[in-house]
Amino acid sequence: MKTKFMGYRRENGRVGVRNHVVILPLDDLSNAACEAVANNIKGTLALPHPYGRLQFGADLDLHFKTLIGTGSNPNVAAVVVIGIEPVWTARVVDGIAKTGKPVAGFSIEQHGDLETICAASRKAKEFVQFATELQRVECDVKELWVSTKCGESDTTSGLATNPTVGDAFDKLYANGNTLLFGETTELTGGEHLVAARCRTPEIRDQFMAMFDRYAALVEAHKVDDLCDSQPTKGNIEGGLTTIEEKALGNIQKIGKKCIVDGVLDKADAPTGPGLWFMDSSSAAAEMVTLVAAAGFVVHFFPTGQGNIIGNPILPVIKLSSNPRTVRTMSEHVDVDVSGILRREINLDQAGDMLLDMMVRTANGRNTSAEALGHREFVFTRLYESA
Amino acid sequence: MSVQFIVHEPGDMVGVVVVEGVKAGQKLTGWVMEGDKTLEVAVKNDIPIGHKLALKDLAVGDTVIKYGVDIGKVVAPIQAGEHLHVHNVKTKRW
Repeated sequence: MKTKFMGYRRENGRVGVRNHVVILPLDDLSNAACEAVANNIKGTLALPHPYGRLQFGADLDLHFKTLIGTGSNPNVAAVVVIGIEPVWTARVVDGIAKTGKPVAGFSIEQHGDLETICAASRKAKEFVQFATELQRVECDVKELWVSTKCGESDTTSGLATNPTVGDAFDKLYANGNTLLFGETTELTGGEHLVAARCRTPEIRDQFMAMFDRYAALVEAHKVDDLCDSQPTKGNIEGGLTTIEEKALGNIQKIGKKCIVDGVLDKADAPTGPGLWFMDSSSAAAEMVTLVAAAGFVVHFFPTGQGNIIGNPILPVIKLSSNPRTVRTMSEHVDVDVSGILRREINLDQAGDMLLDMMVRTANGRNTSAEALGHREFVFTRLYESA
Repeated sequence: MSVQFIVHEPGDMVGVVVVEGVKAGQKLTGWVMEGDKTLEVAVKNDIPIGHKLALKDLAVGDTVIKYGVDIGKVVAPIQAGEHLHVHNVKTKRW
């Protein structure tokens, strides 16, 4: 594995692999202004979303954590925040400002869209000119925070694609990287295997408390069983029969040697290197949005039947070993590891292919999802708005 | 040598078809990854890529083992070589 890559060193010392200038709406009402600013100023990225009004308690906290975390991600150079009113807008601006990166807030009430768009566009232009002058510098590969989550899995995911991520994670773990997996309900049937990999009894108890809480949520809301959702229709088409079988394939992503060094609540950042578990939904865009908000800069996404997800700020590297998927959906696949199933390559070689693509992506190569414009930015909601 | 199905571990009751177009009556060669052994099974149904074939006869109530671990229970009798999926195996959870 290469040990160096060219990345963006941010004000707080973290390293990013992209250099976005984000126009971030506080709430649904501010999407139009953000999109207008992004249209005015080339090289900016608006991140529209449907939430931010009348949320309260833990659900509101997660909303702020997701917005602040997204703006704080090292793949982002600078942020313009627009909200309907100034108080919550300032809360997001102040949160992002802790990173030391340029950030400015604008609010719409008493100004209207047009005046706000004008002022925010001037600031966005300034930020783009700041960001485009930044140079990539040599960074250590171990500074990369790498997350994983699989999607539209099938039996080939468990045979070859997820074990490829596992091999890469084992190598990155030994290298001292910061790594993350999640998908709480998709561990059902293999939760004992993850529990056995936790570093301390305390971490094991925290993990099992998160698992049991999510299992109780499913139990409380399910109709009959979850056979209409989990496994998904795509999973079943791909040959996965039960959640247990899906979970056992899923767990291959954490390799054979990694130890679970800690657990995180949604969108929380890890406090050191090692492998972290994040209590999270198994829906691809929700989970990847949460890990982007936690500060991860590269994502491994193994797929069987061909989940096509991307994220606006976190490059999603897609790999598959299903020979039909890599043939029929080749434009979505960054790393084809179907050779494992034909016994042409082994897992060690496949893991190295993925790590090579990770470094190329970190150096600036656009992923398939980036090139195709996949920018799924999807918030996790905990309950209804007031 | 190329194979038509793969088994995770010795002792697993299922193999995964990894080629397209498998038809009933075909004799398939399989690879057991753990331990690197090969075996042959005649399939009794058409089986799509990614789907499983049973490696032994299974009765209602039996536990299906894959990865060396419980992946669910048999809800309709299955013969060796038959397609094993949601029509004859269900989760024990949820």
